[in-house]
Amino acid sequence: MLRTTRSLSGWNPWRDIDRLEHEMGNLVSGLGRSRSVQFPPINVFSSEDDVVITSEIPGIDPNDIDLSVTGDTLTIKGNRKPRELSEGQTWHRRERGTGSFYRSVTLPFNVDSKKVEADYTKGVLKITLPRADADKPKKITVKTV
Amino acid sequence: MEKEKKSMTGTKESADSVVTEKTKNTATYIPSVDISESKEQLIIFADIPGASENDVKVTLDNDILTIDARVTPETINGHKMTYREYGVGDYSRAFTINEVIDRDRIEAKIKDGVLRVVLPKAEAAKPKTIPITKG
Repeated sequence: MLRTTRSLSGWNPWRDIDRLEHEMGNLVSGLGRSRSVQFPPINVFSSEDDVVITSEIPGIDPNDIDLSVTGDTLTIKGNRKPRELSEGQTWHRRERGTGSFYRSVTLPFNVDSKKVEADYTKGVLKITLPRADADKPKKITVKTV
Repeated sequence: MEKEKKSMTGTKESADSVVTEKTKNTATYIPSVDISESKEQLIIFADIPGASENDVKVTLDNDILTIDARVTPETINGHKMTYREYGVGDYSRAFTINEVIDRDRIEAKIKDGVLRVVLPKAEAAKPKTIPITKG
């Protein structure tokens, strides 16, 4: 089980170094897999009012995905069940990962948890997290005296 | 266990080192697969998230089975991608099948981003025990 929090807000030089290292690793090792990314991998799309997170979790029953949001933290939990062999079958290859996963993501703002939406299609989980009204920036007008 | 952990990292492997190149400069990934064999058939499961039935092509040419899928990266209106852990692109992988396959009965299905290909063995390839009689 993996437990790491990664900040999505602001500029983080380590993130870029991480990514560079990750991509270099992919190039250099060729067939080797990079181990720096957690399961499930996520991509984040942002706008001023919300954040959309997509994640590739192929072949899972949506009922086995457990999502929760508290303040500015999103937690994705789940279990990708292994496929059992039936009588007389043998494995040639077993590359697809199985087992339970857990990761939490720190969002750039507090989320209105009641308005969070999630759908799962073609093995891709998509979560829309709207920014809480209380957390939205207030516009201040500058007056001339 | 070690092997399971490895593939749980969720990183897709790039297939850019293949000999031929596509004319279109889009990323291609090698899907992770599970392959099992029984007396009757070979079953291949391939993770190709983002692909639906219309995006996938499975071909068996002589003894080479090829899985190809085209996936268009998603853009979300009014949003900018601010963080990326996985790339979205096509999938391609080929296997040499040593068994004689009954080509007419090959089945391929896709569900939740997982492709399942069933390759039934041809009658001729199934193991046969020859009864020995006293003579």
